[in-house]
Amino acid sequence: MPDMEHLLGVPLTRRTALGGTAALTASSVISESDPAIAAPLTKPVGVRMAIRTTVNGKAVPVEIDVRTSLLDLLREQLHLTGAKKGCDHGQCGACTVHVDGRRVASCLTLAAKVDGRAVTTIEGLADGKTLHPMQQAFIDHDALQCGYCTPGQIMAAVACVREGNATSKDRIREYMSGNICRCGAYVGIVAAIEQVAGREKV
Amino acid sequence: MRPFTYARPESAAAAVRAFMAAGAGAHYIAGGTSLYDLMKLDIEKPQHLIDVTTIRGLDAIETNGERLRFEALAPMSAVATDKVVLRDYPILAEALWKAASQQLRNMATVGGNLLQRTRCLYFRNGAGGTSVGNTYPCNKREPGSGCAAIGGLDRGQAVLGQSSSCTAVSPGDWPVALVALDAYVEVLGAGGSRAIPIAELYRLPGSTPNLEFTLQPGEMITAIVVPKTKAGRHSTYHKIRDRESYAFALASAAVALDMDGDTVTRARIGLGGVATKPWRATAAEALLAGKPLTPATALAAGHAAFADAKAGQHNGFKIELGARTVADALTIAAARNRS
Repeated sequence: MPDMEHLLGVPLTRRTALGGTAALTASSVISESDPAIAAPLTKPVGVRMAIRTTVNGKAVPVEIDVRTSLLDLLREQLHLTGAKKGCDHGQCGACTVHVDGRRVASCLTLAAKVDGRAVTTIEGLADGKTLHPMQQAFIDHDALQCGYCTPGQIMAAVACVREGNATSKDRIREYMSGNICRCGAYVGIVAAIEQVAGREKV
Repeated sequence: MRPFTYARPESAAAAVRAFMAAGAGAHYIAGGTSLYDLMKLDIEKPQHLIDVTTIRGLDAIETNGERLRFEALAPMSAVATDKVVLRDYPILAEALWKAASQQLRNMATVGGNLLQRTRCLYFRNGAGGTSVGNTYPCNKREPGSGCAAIGGLDRGQAVLGQSSSCTAVSPGDWPVALVALDAYVEVLGAGGSRAIPIAELYRLPGSTPNLEFTLQPGEMITAIVVPKTKAGRHSTYHKIRDRESYAFALASAAVALDMDGDTVTRARIGLGGVATKPWRATAAEALLAGKPLTPATALAAGHAAFADAKAGQHNGFKIELGARTVADALTIAAARNRS
Protein backbone atom coordinates (compact mmCIF):
# COMPACT_ATOMS: atom_id res chain seq x y z
CA MET A 1 0.00 0.00 0.00
CA PRO A 2 2.69 2.54 -0.96
CA ASP A 3 0.14 5.11 -2.11
CA MET A 4 -1.64 5.10 1.21
CA GLU A 5 1.64 5.47 3.03
CA HIS A 6 2.54 8.42 0.86
CA LEU A 7 -0.79 10.07 1.43
CA LEU A 8 -0.74 9.63 5.15
CA GLY A 9 2.84 10.71 5.57
CA VAL A 10 3.25 8.02 8.23
CA PRO A 11 4.50 4.47 7.96
CA LEU A 12 1.68 1.99 7.77
CA THR A 13 1.62 -0.88 10.19
CA ARG A 14 -0.54 -3.93 9.72
CA ARG A 15 -2.89 -2.52 12.30
CA THR A 16 -3.41 0.87 10.68
CA ALA A 17 -3.91 -0.84 7.33
CA LEU A 18 -6.48 -3.20 8.80
CA GLY A 19 -8.09 -0.35 10.66
CA GLY A 20 -9.44 0.94 7.36
CA THR A 21 -11.75 3.91 7.53
CA ALA A 22 -11.84 3.91 11.29
CA ALA A 23 -8.09 4.46 11.45
CA LEU A 24 -8.34 7.15 8.85
CA THR A 25 -11.01 9.14 10.62
CA ALA A 26 -9.20 8.72 13.89
CA SER A 27 -5.76 9.84 12.86
CA SER A 28 -4.95 13.39 13.76
CA VAL A 29 -2.55 13.76 10.84
CA ILE A 30 -5.38 13.68 8.35
CA SER A 31 -7.08 16.78 7.13
CA GLU A 32 -10.73 16.02 6.43
CA SER A 33 -10.85 18.73 3.81
CA ASP A 34 -8.22 16.98 1.71
CA PRO A 35 -10.29 15.36 -1.07
CA ALA A 36 -7.64 12.71 -1.69
CA ILE A 37 -8.06 11.50 1.89
CA ALA A 38 -11.78 12.08 2.14
CA ALA A 39 -12.44 9.74 -0.77
CA PRO A 40 -12.03 6.43 1.12
CA LEU A 41 -14.46 7.53 3.82
CA THR A 42 -17.71 5.69 3.36
CA LYS A 43 -19.51 7.09 6.39
CA PRO A 44 -20.61 10.69 6.88
CA VAL A 45 -18.41 12.75 9.14
CA GLY A 46 -20.22 13.31 12.40
CA VAL A 47 -20.13 15.85 15.17
CA ARG A 48 -16.71 16.19 16.75
CA MET A 49 -16.07 16.84 20.40
CA ALA A 50 -13.04 17.46 22.57
CA ILE A 51 -12.87 15.37 25.72
CA ARG A 52 -10.37 15.08 28.53
CA THR A 53 -10.10 11.68 30.09
CA THR A 54 -7.53 9.82 32.15
CA VAL A 55 -6.34 6.50 30.80
CA ASN A 56 -4.13 4.31 32.95
CA GLY A 57 -3.19 7.30 35.08
CA LYS A 58 -2.27 9.57 32.20
CA ALA A 59 -4.33 12.63 31.22
CA VAL A 60 -5.54 12.22 27.66
CA PRO A 61 -7.04 15.20 25.88
CA VAL A 62 -8.48 13.89 22.63
CA GLU A 63 -10.92 14.87 19.93
CA ILE A 64 -13.57 12.32 19.06
CA ASP A 65 -16.49 11.84 16.74
CA VAL A 66 -19.40 11.68 19.20
CA ARG A 67 -20.46 8.32 17.71
CA THR A 68 -17.21 6.69 18.86
CA SER A 69 -17.36 3.92 21.44
CA LEU A 70 -14.87 3.89 24.29
CA LEU A 71 -13.51 0.66 22.80
CA ASP A 72 -12.80 2.29 19.44
CA LEU A 73 -11.29 5.32 21.15
CA LEU A 74 -8.91 3.07 23.08
CA ARG A 75 -8.00 0.82 20.16
CA GLU A 76 -8.05 3.07 17.13
CA GLN A 77 -7.08 6.47 18.50
CA LEU A 78 -5.02 5.70 21.59
CA HIS A 79 -3.60 2.45 20.19
CA LEU A 80 -4.34 0.54 23.37
CA THR A 81 -5.30 -2.70 21.70
CA GLY A 82 -5.54 -4.85 24.81
CA ALA A 83 -9.31 -4.49 25.10
CA LYS A 84 -10.75 -6.61 22.32
CA LYS A 85 -13.70 -6.25 20.00
CA GLY A 86 -15.59 -9.52 20.16
CA CYS A 87 -19.27 -8.93 19.53
CA ASP A 88 -19.37 -5.11 19.75
CA HIS A 89 -22.82 -5.48 21.37
CA GLY A 90 -22.07 -5.99 25.06
CA GLN A 91 -22.63 -9.72 24.93
CA CYS A 92 -19.13 -11.23 25.14
CA GLY A 93 -17.12 -9.14 27.62
CA ALA A 94 -13.88 -9.08 25.58
CA CYS A 95 -13.93 -5.27 25.72
CA THR A 96 -14.19 -5.02 29.52
CA VAL A 97 -12.33 -2.07 31.08
CA HIS A 98 -12.78 -0.10 34.30
CA VAL A 99 -14.31 3.39 34.40
CA ASP A 100 -13.81 5.11 37.76
CA GLY A 101 -12.98 1.68 39.16
CA ARG A 102 -16.12 -0.09 37.93
CA ARG A 103 -16.08 -2.66 35.15
CA VAL A 104 -18.00 -1.74 32.01
CA ALA A 105 -18.39 -2.98 28.45
CA SER A 106 -16.37 -0.39 26.54
CA CYS A 107 -18.08 -1.29 23.25
CA LEU A 108 -21.43 -0.03 24.59
CA THR A 109 -19.95 3.02 26.32
CA LEU A 110 -20.00 6.22 24.32
CA ALA A 111 -16.47 7.64 24.44
CA ALA A 112 -18.04 11.02 25.24
CA LYS A 113 -19.17 9.55 28.56
CA VAL A 114 -15.63 9.15 29.88
CA ASP A 115 -14.98 12.88 29.65
CA GLY A 116 -13.55 13.77 33.07
CA ARG A 117 -13.42 10.15 34.21
CA ALA A 118 -10.63 7.64 34.77
CA VAL A 119 -10.29 4.61 32.52
CA THR A 120 -8.14 1.59 33.34
CA THR A 121 -7.32 -0.97 30.66
CA ILE A 122 -5.35 -4.20 30.77
CA GLU A 123 -2.28 -2.16 29.78
CA GLY A 124 -2.55 -0.24 33.06
CA LEU A 125 -2.80 -3.23 35.35
CA ALA A 126 0.83 -4.29 35.79
CA ASP A 127 3.20 -2.37 38.05
CA GLY A 128 6.10 -1.76 35.72
CA LYS A 129 7.42 -5.19 34.84
CA THR A 130 5.67 -6.83 37.77
CA LEU A 131 2.45 -8.45 36.66
CA HIS A 132 -0.76 -7.80 38.53
CA PRO A 133 -1.58 -10.79 40.77
CA MET A 134 -4.55 -11.62 38.52
CA GLN A 135 -2.36 -11.67 35.41
CA GLN A 136 0.07 -13.99 37.20
CA ALA A 137 -2.78 -16.18 38.42
CA PHE A 138 -4.08 -16.61 34.87
CA ILE A 139 -0.61 -17.83 33.88
CA ASP A 140 -0.34 -20.07 36.94
CA HIS A 141 -3.68 -21.73 36.20
CA ASP A 142 -3.38 -21.87 32.41
CA ALA A 143 -6.58 -19.83 32.31
CA LEU A 144 -6.53 -19.21 28.58
CA GLN A 145 -6.00 -20.89 25.28
CA CYS A 146 -6.21 -18.49 22.34
CA GLY A 147 -6.10 -15.48 24.64
CA TYR A 148 -8.54 -13.25 22.77
CA CYS A 149 -10.98 -12.96 25.67
CA THR A 150 -8.21 -12.82 28.29
CA PRO A 151 -7.80 -9.03 28.71
CA GLY A 152 -11.55 -8.73 29.27
CA GLN A 153 -11.57 -11.76 31.55
CA ILE A 154 -8.75 -10.33 33.67
CA MET A 155 -10.33 -6.87 33.95
CA ALA A 156 -13.65 -8.46 34.92
CA ALA A 157 -11.88 -10.81 37.34
CA VAL A 158 -10.06 -7.97 39.12
CA ALA A 159 -13.37 -6.13 39.52
CA CYS A 160 -15.10 -9.32 40.68
CA VAL A 161 -12.60 -9.69 43.53
CA ARG A 162 -12.71 -5.97 44.45
CA GLU A 163 -16.52 -6.04 44.53
CA GLY A 164 -16.37 -8.89 47.02
CA ASN A 165 -18.10 -11.25 44.62
CA ALA A 166 -15.33 -13.87 44.45
CA THR A 167 -16.52 -15.68 47.56
CA SER A 168 -17.29 -19.09 46.04
CA LYS A 169 -16.95 -20.95 42.76
CA ASP A 170 -20.67 -20.50 42.07
CA ARG A 171 -20.61 -16.80 42.80
CA ILE A 172 -17.50 -16.31 40.68
CA ARG A 173 -19.19 -18.08 37.78
CA GLU A 174 -22.29 -15.91 38.15
CA TYR A 175 -20.34 -12.67 38.35
CA MET A 176 -18.09 -13.65 35.44
CA SER A 177 -20.98 -14.73 33.21
CA GLY A 178 -20.64 -11.58 31.11
CA ASN A 179 -17.30 -12.84 29.80
CA ILE A 180 -17.45 -15.57 27.20
CA CYS A 181 -14.47 -17.85 26.48
CA ARG A 182 -14.97 -19.89 23.33
CA CYS A 183 -11.91 -22.01 24.11
CA GLY A 184 -13.63 -23.04 27.31
CA ALA A 185 -10.89 -22.11 29.77
CA TYR A 186 -13.47 -21.52 32.47
CA VAL A 187 -12.08 -24.02 34.98
CA GLY A 188 -8.69 -22.26 34.95
CA ILE A 189 -10.31 -18.83 35.06
CA VAL A 190 -12.33 -19.69 38.16
CA ALA A 191 -9.23 -21.22 39.80
CA ALA A 192 -7.17 -18.10 39.04
CA ILE A 193 -9.80 -15.84 40.56
CA GLU A 194 -10.04 -18.02 43.66
CA GLN A 195 -6.27 -17.78 44.08
CA VAL A 196 -6.31 -13.99 43.98
CA ALA A 197 -9.48 -13.69 46.09
CA GLY A 198 -7.57 -15.30 48.96
CA ARG A 199 -5.29 -12.27 49.20
CA GLU A 200 -5.91 -9.09 51.09
CA LYS A 201 -5.48 -6.42 48.47
CA VAL A 202 -5.98 -6.65 44.74
CA MET B 1 -23.68 4.89 12.40
CA ARG B 2 -25.70 7.95 11.49
CA PRO B 3 -24.48 11.31 12.78
CA PHE B 4 -26.13 12.93 15.77
CA THR B 5 -25.61 15.93 17.99
CA TYR B 6 -24.77 15.33 21.63
CA ALA B 7 -25.86 17.47 24.57
CA ARG B 8 -25.07 17.13 28.28
CA PRO B 9 -27.57 19.03 30.41
CA GLU B 10 -26.88 19.50 34.12
CA SER B 11 -30.45 19.25 35.38
CA ALA B 12 -33.59 17.30 34.51
CA ALA B 13 -35.37 20.53 33.61
CA ALA B 14 -32.50 21.49 31.28
CA ALA B 15 -32.67 18.04 29.71
CA VAL B 16 -36.37 18.46 28.94
CA ARG B 17 -35.71 21.92 27.51
CA ALA B 18 -32.92 20.52 25.34
CA PHE B 19 -35.19 17.73 24.14
CA MET B 20 -38.04 20.07 23.23
CA ALA B 21 -35.65 22.50 21.54
CA ALA B 22 -34.04 19.71 19.48
CA GLY B 23 -37.40 18.64 18.07
CA ALA B 24 -37.81 15.59 15.85
CA GLY B 25 -35.15 12.95 16.28
CA ALA B 26 -34.36 13.88 19.87
CA HIS B 27 -33.66 10.99 22.22
CA TYR B 28 -32.52 10.78 25.82
CA ILE B 29 -29.61 8.46 26.54
CA ALA B 30 -28.69 7.16 30.00
CA GLY B 31 -26.42 4.11 30.29
CA GLY B 32 -26.92 3.48 26.60
CA THR B 33 -26.62 -0.30 26.84
CA SER B 34 -29.82 -0.74 24.83
CA LEU B 35 -29.99 2.47 22.78
CA TYR B 36 -26.37 2.57 21.60
CA ASP B 37 -26.58 -1.13 20.78
CA LEU B 38 -29.64 -0.51 18.58
CA MET B 39 -27.96 2.51 16.97
CA LYS B 40 -25.15 0.22 15.87
CA LEU B 41 -27.79 -1.99 14.24
CA ASP B 42 -29.37 1.04 12.53
CA ILE B 43 -32.64 0.35 14.33
CA GLU B 44 -32.60 3.42 16.55
CA LYS B 45 -31.72 6.51 14.54
CA PRO B 46 -31.62 9.50 16.87
CA GLN B 47 -30.52 12.79 15.38
CA HIS B 48 -29.98 14.45 18.76
CA LEU B 49 -28.79 12.61 21.86
CA ILE B 50 -29.36 14.21 25.23
CA ASP B 51 -27.16 12.46 27.76
CA VAL B 52 -28.99 12.54 31.07
CA THR B 53 -26.18 10.90 33.06
CA THR B 54 -24.55 14.31 33.49
CA ILE B 55 -27.56 15.50 35.50
CA ARG B 56 -26.41 16.06 39.08
CA GLY B 57 -28.11 14.34 41.97
CA LEU B 58 -30.57 12.06 40.23
CA ASP B 59 -29.19 8.74 41.45
CA ALA B 60 -30.29 8.57 45.08
CA ILE B 61 -31.61 5.36 46.64
CA GLU B 62 -34.06 6.23 49.44
CA THR B 63 -35.34 3.40 51.63
CA ASN B 64 -36.11 5.14 54.94
CA GLY B 65 -39.58 6.54 54.30
CA GLU B 66 -42.91 4.85 53.66
CA ARG B 67 -41.86 4.10 50.11
CA LEU B 68 -38.76 2.93 48.37
CA ARG B 69 -37.66 5.60 45.96
CA PHE B 70 -35.00 4.96 43.35
CA GLU B 71 -33.96 7.96 41.34
CA ALA B 72 -33.74 7.19 37.65
CA LEU B 73 -29.97 7.36 37.25
CA ALA B 74 -29.12 4.94 40.06
CA PRO B 75 -27.12 2.13 38.44
CA MET B 76 -28.77 -1.29 38.43
CA SER B 77 -25.75 -2.65 40.33
CA ALA B 78 -26.20 -0.10 43.14
CA VAL B 79 -29.89 -0.85 43.71
CA ALA B 80 -29.25 -4.62 43.50
CA THR B 81 -26.78 -4.39 46.37
CA ASP B 82 -28.61 -1.90 48.57
CA LYS B 83 -28.85 -3.42 52.07
CA VAL B 84 -32.57 -2.72 52.58
CA VAL B 85 -33.47 -3.97 49.11
CA LEU B 86 -31.45 -7.15 49.67
CA ARG B 87 -33.00 -7.84 53.07
CA ASP B 88 -36.62 -6.78 52.58
CA TYR B 89 -37.23 -7.03 48.82
CA PRO B 90 -35.47 -10.05 47.32
CA ILE B 91 -37.95 -9.81 44.43
CA LEU B 92 -36.28 -6.52 43.43
CA ALA B 93 -32.68 -7.51 44.15
CA GLU B 94 -33.03 -10.78 42.25
CA ALA B 95 -34.75 -9.14 39.27
CA LEU B 96 -31.73 -6.84 38.91
CA TRP B 97 -29.14 -9.45 39.79
CA LYS B 98 -30.46 -11.90 37.20
CA ALA B 99 -30.58 -9.22 34.52
CA ALA B 100 -27.51 -8.60 32.38
CA SER B 101 -23.88 -8.95 33.41
CA GLN B 102 -22.12 -6.96 36.12
CA GLN B 103 -20.53 -4.83 33.39
CA LEU B 104 -23.94 -3.85 32.03
CA ARG B 105 -25.48 -3.43 35.50
CA ASN B 106 -22.72 -0.92 36.27
CA MET B 107 -23.60 1.05 33.13
CA ALA B 108 -27.37 0.71 32.94
CA THR B 109 -29.69 2.79 35.11
CA VAL B 110 -32.87 1.62 36.83
CA GLY B 111 -34.83 4.27 34.94
CA GLY B 112 -33.41 3.49 31.52
CA ASN B 113 -33.94 -0.22 32.06
CA LEU B 114 -37.71 0.33 32.03
CA LEU B 115 -37.48 1.51 28.42
CA GLN B 116 -35.38 -1.37 27.09
CA ARG B 117 -36.64 -2.57 23.72
CA THR B 118 -37.47 -6.10 22.69
CA ARG B 119 -34.88 -8.74 21.87
CA CYS B 120 -37.12 -10.26 19.16
CA LEU B 121 -34.61 -11.56 16.62
CA TYR B 122 -36.66 -10.28 13.70
CA PHE B 123 -36.73 -6.81 15.26
CA ARG B 124 -32.98 -6.81 15.91
CA ASN B 125 -31.89 -8.25 12.58
CA GLY B 126 -32.44 -7.15 9.05
CA ALA B 127 -32.56 -3.41 9.48
CA GLY B 128 -29.79 -2.99 6.94
CA GLY B 129 -26.46 -1.39 7.74
CA THR B 130 -24.22 -4.01 9.25
CA SER B 131 -26.72 -6.83 8.97
CA VAL B 132 -28.20 -8.89 6.16
CA GLY B 133 -30.16 -6.01 4.75
CA ASN B 134 -33.91 -5.54 5.02
CA THR B 135 -34.57 -9.26 4.91
CA TYR B 136 -37.14 -9.29 7.66
CA PRO B 137 -40.23 -7.14 7.89
CA CYS B 138 -41.06 -5.91 11.38
CA ASN B 139 -44.04 -3.78 12.35
CA LYS B 140 -42.23 -2.54 15.42
CA ARG B 141 -39.17 -1.44 13.47
CA GLU B 142 -40.90 -0.39 10.23
CA PRO B 143 -44.63 0.19 10.87
CA GLY B 144 -46.80 -1.52 8.30
CA SER B 145 -44.05 -3.76 6.93
CA GLY B 146 -45.43 -6.97 8.44
CA CYS B 147 -44.21 -9.44 11.04
CA ALA B 148 -41.72 -12.15 10.15
CA ALA B 149 -42.00 -13.77 13.56
CA ILE B 150 -45.64 -14.77 13.00
CA GLY B 151 -45.32 -18.04 11.13
CA GLY B 152 -41.55 -17.79 11.42
CA LEU B 153 -39.09 -19.08 14.00
CA ASP B 154 -41.14 -18.04 16.98
CA ARG B 155 -39.60 -20.05 19.84
CA GLY B 156 -38.84 -16.91 21.81
CA GLN B 157 -42.08 -15.06 21.08
CA ALA B 158 -44.86 -14.09 23.47
CA VAL B 159 -47.82 -16.29 24.37
CA LEU B 160 -49.71 -13.52 26.19
CA GLY B 161 -50.73 -10.09 24.88
CA GLN B 162 -49.68 -10.60 21.28
CA SER B 163 -51.59 -9.21 18.30
CA SER B 164 -51.79 -10.02 14.60
CA SER B 165 -49.15 -7.30 14.12
CA CYS B 166 -46.56 -8.29 16.72
CA THR B 167 -45.60 -11.10 19.10
CA ALA B 168 -42.38 -9.58 20.47
CA VAL B 169 -41.62 -10.25 24.13
CA SER B 170 -41.12 -7.42 26.57
CA PRO B 171 -37.53 -8.24 27.59
CA GLY B 172 -37.16 -6.77 31.07
CA ASP B 173 -36.89 -8.43 34.46
CA TRP B 174 -36.91 -5.31 36.66
CA PRO B 175 -40.22 -3.95 35.30
CA VAL B 176 -41.87 -7.34 35.95
CA ALA B 177 -40.91 -7.18 39.62
CA LEU B 178 -42.06 -3.55 39.81
CA VAL B 179 -45.41 -4.39 38.23
CA ALA B 180 -45.97 -7.07 40.87
CA LEU B 181 -45.30 -4.52 43.62
CA ASP B 182 -47.61 -1.80 42.17
CA ALA B 183 -44.72 0.61 41.66
CA TYR B 184 -45.05 3.86 39.78
CA VAL B 185 -42.68 6.17 37.99
CA GLU B 186 -42.30 9.91 38.34
CA VAL B 187 -41.78 11.60 35.00
CA LEU B 188 -40.86 15.11 34.00
CA GLY B 189 -41.91 16.67 30.71
CA ALA B 190 -42.59 20.00 29.06
CA GLY B 191 -45.97 20.12 30.82
CA GLY B 192 -44.50 19.45 34.26
CA SER B 193 -44.23 16.29 36.33
CA ARG B 194 -46.68 13.43 36.78
CA ALA B 195 -46.81 9.90 38.13
CA ILE B 196 -47.56 6.81 36.01
CA PRO B 197 -48.25 3.35 37.47
CA ILE B 198 -45.60 1.03 36.00
CA ALA B 199 -48.31 -1.18 34.51
CA GLU B 200 -49.61 1.80 32.55
CA LEU B 201 -46.18 2.76 31.25
CA TYR B 202 -46.39 -0.07 28.71
CA ARG B 203 -48.75 -0.49 25.76
CA LEU B 204 -50.00 -3.69 24.23
CA PRO B 205 -48.81 -3.99 20.63
CA GLY B 206 -52.28 -3.96 19.02
CA SER B 207 -52.01 -2.52 15.53
CA THR B 208 -49.25 -0.08 16.53
CA PRO B 209 -46.40 -2.18 17.99
CA ASN B 210 -44.00 0.66 17.20
CA LEU B 211 -45.58 2.56 20.11
CA GLU B 212 -44.34 0.78 23.24
CA PHE B 213 -44.59 3.32 26.03
CA THR B 214 -47.13 5.88 27.19
CA LEU B 215 -44.54 8.61 27.76
CA GLN B 216 -45.18 11.81 25.84
CA PRO B 217 -42.41 13.26 23.65
CA GLY B 218 -39.83 14.89 25.91
CA GLU B 219 -40.96 13.13 29.07
CA MET B 220 -38.20 11.48 31.04
CA ILE B 221 -38.45 9.10 33.97
CA THR B 222 -36.94 10.77 37.03
CA ALA B 223 -37.70 8.20 39.76
CA ILE B 224 -39.25 4.83 40.52
CA VAL B 225 -41.40 4.61 43.63
CA VAL B 226 -42.34 1.32 45.30
CA PRO B 227 -44.91 1.25 48.12
CA LYS B 228 -43.41 -0.62 51.06
CA THR B 229 -45.01 -3.96 51.81
CA LYS B 230 -44.31 -6.77 54.25
CA ALA B 231 -44.84 -9.12 51.31
CA GLY B 232 -41.41 -7.99 50.11
CA ARG B 233 -39.76 -10.33 52.60
CA HIS B 234 -41.72 -13.26 51.20
CA SER B 235 -40.85 -12.71 47.61
CA THR B 236 -38.68 -13.89 44.76
CA TYR B 237 -37.87 -13.26 41.14
CA HIS B 238 -37.57 -16.67 39.51
CA LYS B 239 -36.07 -16.68 36.03
CA ILE B 240 -35.74 -19.60 33.64
CA ARG B 241 -33.25 -19.25 30.82
CA ASP B 242 -31.59 -21.29 28.07
CA ARG B 243 -28.37 -21.01 30.09
CA GLU B 244 -27.89 -20.58 33.79
CA SER B 245 -26.76 -16.97 33.74
CA TYR B 246 -26.66 -13.89 31.53
CA ALA B 247 -29.57 -14.63 29.22
CA PHE B 248 -33.03 -13.26 28.66
CA ALA B 249 -35.94 -15.09 30.25
CA LEU B 250 -37.80 -17.88 28.51
CA ALA B 251 -40.20 -17.52 31.41
CA SER B 252 -39.97 -15.67 34.69
CA ALA B 253 -42.21 -15.01 37.65
CA ALA B 254 -42.05 -12.19 40.17
CA VAL B 255 -43.93 -13.24 43.29
CA ALA B 256 -44.61 -11.53 46.62
CA LEU B 257 -46.93 -13.07 49.21
CA ASP B 258 -48.90 -11.89 52.20
CA MET B 259 -49.41 -14.98 54.32
CA ASP B 260 -51.18 -16.01 57.48
CA GLY B 261 -49.45 -19.21 58.48
CA ASP B 262 -49.63 -21.40 55.39
CA THR B 263 -52.57 -19.47 53.96
CA VAL B 264 -52.05 -16.91 51.24
CA THR B 265 -53.99 -13.78 52.12
CA ARG B 266 -52.80 -11.94 49.07
CA ALA B 267 -50.52 -12.89 46.18
CA ARG B 268 -48.82 -10.57 43.74
CA ILE B 269 -47.60 -12.25 40.57
CA GLY B 270 -45.80 -10.71 37.60
CA LEU B 271 -44.75 -12.62 34.48
CA GLY B 272 -41.73 -12.01 32.25
CA GLY B 273 -40.35 -13.60 29.09
CA VAL B 274 -43.79 -14.72 27.95
CA ALA B 275 -45.79 -11.55 27.29
CA THR B 276 -45.67 -8.44 25.15
CA LYS B 277 -45.51 -6.22 28.20
CA PRO B 278 -44.66 -6.78 31.88
CA TRP B 279 -47.64 -8.95 32.80
CA ARG B 280 -49.73 -9.04 35.95
CA ALA B 281 -51.30 -12.49 36.52
CA THR B 282 -54.49 -11.30 38.23
CA ALA B 283 -56.43 -14.55 37.69
CA ALA B 284 -53.69 -16.52 39.42
CA GLU B 285 -53.61 -14.00 42.27
CA ALA B 286 -57.38 -14.32 42.75
CA LEU B 287 -57.22 -18.11 42.71
CA LEU B 288 -54.72 -18.16 45.57
CA ALA B 289 -56.39 -15.65 47.88
CA GLY B 290 -57.50 -17.34 51.09
CA LYS B 291 -56.03 -20.71 50.11
CA PRO B 292 -53.15 -22.63 51.66
CA LEU B 293 -50.09 -22.77 49.47
CA THR B 294 -49.54 -26.39 48.50
CA PRO B 295 -47.86 -27.90 45.43
CA ALA B 296 -51.35 -28.38 43.99
CA THR B 297 -52.60 -24.83 44.56
CA ALA B 298 -49.28 -23.41 43.35
CA LEU B 299 -49.52 -25.33 40.08
CA ALA B 300 -53.19 -24.44 39.69
CA ALA B 301 -52.25 -20.79 40.06
CA GLY B 302 -49.52 -21.27 37.46
CA HIS B 303 -51.98 -22.72 35.00
CA ALA B 304 -54.49 -19.96 35.76
CA ALA B 305 -51.80 -17.41 34.87
CA PHE B 306 -51.61 -18.91 31.39
CA ALA B 307 -55.31 -19.71 30.85
CA ASP B 308 -55.54 -17.14 28.04
CA ALA B 309 -52.16 -17.99 26.50
CA LYS B 310 -51.93 -18.72 22.79
CA ALA B 311 -48.89 -20.38 21.25
CA GLY B 312 -47.45 -20.14 17.76
CA GLN B 313 -45.52 -22.92 16.07
CA HIS B 314 -42.48 -23.30 18.28
CA ASN B 315 -43.24 -21.56 21.57
CA GLY B 316 -45.96 -23.79 22.98
CA PHE B 317 -43.53 -25.05 25.61
CA LYS B 318 -43.60 -21.62 27.23
CA ILE B 319 -47.14 -22.17 28.49
CA GLU B 320 -46.32 -25.20 30.64
CA LEU B 321 -42.84 -23.83 31.47
CA GLY B 322 -44.40 -20.53 32.50
CA ALA B 323 -47.02 -22.22 34.69
CA ARG B 324 -44.37 -24.27 36.45
CA THR B 325 -42.12 -21.23 36.83
CA VAL B 326 -44.98 -19.49 38.66
CA ALA B 327 -45.55 -22.57 40.82
CA ASP B 328 -41.85 -22.79 41.73
CA ALA B 329 -41.68 -19.06 42.46
CA LEU B 330 -44.70 -19.33 44.78
CA THR B 331 -43.03 -22.20 46.62
CA ILE B 332 -39.75 -20.28 47.00
CA ALA B 333 -41.52 -17.15 48.24
CA ALA B 334 -43.66 -19.11 50.69
CA ALA B 335 -40.61 -20.87 52.11
CA ARG B 336 -39.09 -17.45 52.80
CA ASN B 337 -42.26 -16.60 54.67
CA ARG B 338 -41.66 -19.43 57.13
CA SER B 339 -37.99 -18.72 57.73
